[in-house]
Amino acid sequence: MQELMQQVLSGIASGGIYASLALALVLIYNAMGLVNFAQGEMAMFATFLAFTLIGRGMSYWIALPITIALAFAGGIVIQRVIIRPVERAPVLTLVIVTLGLATLVNGLAGFFFGYLPRSFPSPFSVQTVNILGAAASYQDLGVIGVSAVVLVLVYLLLQRTTLGLAMRAAAHHPEASRLLGVRVSWMLALGWGLASAVGAVSGIMVAPILLLEPNMMQTVIIYAFAAAVLGGIESPLGAVIGGLIVGVTVNLAGAYLPGVGGDLQLAVAFAIIIAVLVLKPNGLLGRGAARRA
Amino acid sequence: MKRFGQVPRRYWLVALAVIVFAGLPTQVTSFQSLEWAEVLIFAIVIMGLNLLVGYSGQISLGHGAFMALGAYTTAILVHRYHIDYLATIPVAGLLTGLVGFILGIPALRLSPLYLALATFALAVVTPSLIKRPENLTQGVQGILLPPPQPPDWLGSLFGTVTGGPNMTSDQWLYYLSFVLACVLFWVAWNIVRRRPGRALIAIRDGEVAAAAFGVNVAGYKTLAFGLSAFYAGVAGALYALASSFVSPDTFPVSLSFQLLVGAVIGGLGSIAGPLFGGIFTFWLPIISSQFVQTQDWIPDQVAVVFKNAGPAVTYGALLILIMIFAPNGLVGLILSAYARLRSRLRGVGERGTGQLPPDPQTV
Repeated sequence: MQELMQQVLSGIASGGIYASLALALVLIYNAMGLVNFAQGEMAMFATFLAFTLIGRGMSYWIALPITIALAFAGGIVIQRVIIRPVERAPVLTLVIVTLGLATLVNGLAGFFFGYLPRSFPSPFSVQTVNILGAAASYQDLGVIGVSAVVLVLVYLLLQRTTLGLAMRAAAHHPEASRLLGVRVSWMLALGWGLASAVGAVSGIMVAPILLLEPNMMQTVIIYAFAAAVLGGIESPLGAVIGGLIVGVTVNLAGAYLPGVGGDLQLAVAFAIIIAVLVLKPNGLLGRGAARRA
Repeated sequence: MKRFGQVPRRYWLVALAVIVFAGLPTQVTSFQSLEWAEVLIFAIVIMGLNLLVGYSGQISLGHGAFMALGAYTTAILVHRYHIDYLATIPVAGLLTGLVGFILGIPALRLSPLYLALATFALAVVTPSLIKRPENLTQGVQGILLPPPQPPDWLGSLFGTVTGGPNMTSDQWLYYLSFVLACVLFWVAWNIVRRRPGRALIAIRDGEVAAAAFGVNVAGYKTLAFGLSAFYAGVAGALYALASSFVSPDTFPVSLSFQLLVGAVIGGLGSIAGPLFGGIFTFWLPIISSQFVQTQDWIPDQVAVVFKNAGPAVTYGALLILIMIFAPNGLVGLILSAYARLRSRLRGVGERGTGQLPPDPQTV
């Protein structure tokens, strides 16, 4: 029982990370109906920036906001330079462009920072504290806390500010928003910036667990895909719930299902994606959309 | 002689390409023919991908996984059951085709975006799925295969014709890939210009309209998936034979990316495109990592790093640039340059493409 609690808790911690990355995916999906295959690589690159800053002697808690700001700016630049020229192109084109972006960012990270896995500092100690009979590490609790703060902040921004309203309006109904004076194109760019910033947090949170290297996010992005699809790809709250479910399920499957172990956890996420897409394509919280020709 | 004049000019190009590729091993070293064999193998997968993406409008980021299935089918049949390697190629193709067909059924319900997601996840999961059944696939160790030898009569015939030594294993692999590539390209060409091809293009350009005209949308979409996987399976089998070794790391996610990049850069929805794509997919990583090494002015530290990162950077940048500036790929660029040249030479008014003018009522 105690071990089960522990597995659930560390599942929730990784679930929080997946939820952040899934939220980034959802933000971009809502802005332009596109799954950004480069989201994980963008987060990885931001994590390398944080690593460099910390390596230069900067304190973790100063490097974190600076990295998030840089990621935000980077997201806007990427949207302006790369995505905007193909904004109106068919989905196929957009998917291929984001794949190109993923490959490009991955290569650039390898070029600038090398392929050697590095250990990333964590501000939270690995010591444990007793919660409900389970020994929870400060590391896991810290990750849960940071993820929760990020998710709440994004929620407040989108639901409680005029800017958030404008962003939602621009994504939902571009023409009407334009008539009302919302600068739609810039709202999309802000959406990319926000997604990039949220993604960066997930990268920084996962780096101490996985070791930092250019292919670090390749598995995390699959869990995030699973989380986003499970939550219904257009719902931010769904992404969070999906992230937690995926985190806990994958962790428990790895620990208890015979034959799954560490290396097939990814296959569990894959199974979740396929099962949701086939059985309930709108996910848990997604609204069904009428198909148009 | 009069009839030769009526043959469309592109047929001459095809004949020229076939002659060049048939004669290639006599002009290059044995090892280089093996490299060109891999070019042709990539061309075959990319043709399969082109049928799926370029003609039926569905996307797959998981063709590396289909290649892996074909490669492992051949490797296991040869290594474990000692079946003749030539016989395993159609088995690998058909098995992969069947799996592709079955995967195509749930894919029917998915929007292009979800399909991209699901196939991408498949490509990521493949290496760890391969590792698992260890007594079949030998896990991370991989399977070593003996290099296939050409039949005696063909080996000595090659020696007599070229007046040199008999055919080597590498050259035999080249000709095997060459013959299969010719057959599969010919099949693809016949598919796309006849009824199934028209149906696929109709589905790609407007699913509802196609259905309204009586096209069996579900049938053709799954068919395209199965056919595409069949091409990947055959190519995977050849790939296993050509590299004499398969392991989970032979089929990383980046392979699936490279294949898609090849299809896009060659030119989606064209028959010649995959050949360009194959040449590109095989040579770009080699050239982009070797070119920098040979340049003296680039400092050594940079060159070493670029050797690893170079292909990814070049791939990514090219993919984005091509999608933004030349969505029809190399073939599209060549065709539009040719059309511009002709109109320049003949005057603007006369196009002379031989196509009927569009019906004003349907426009």
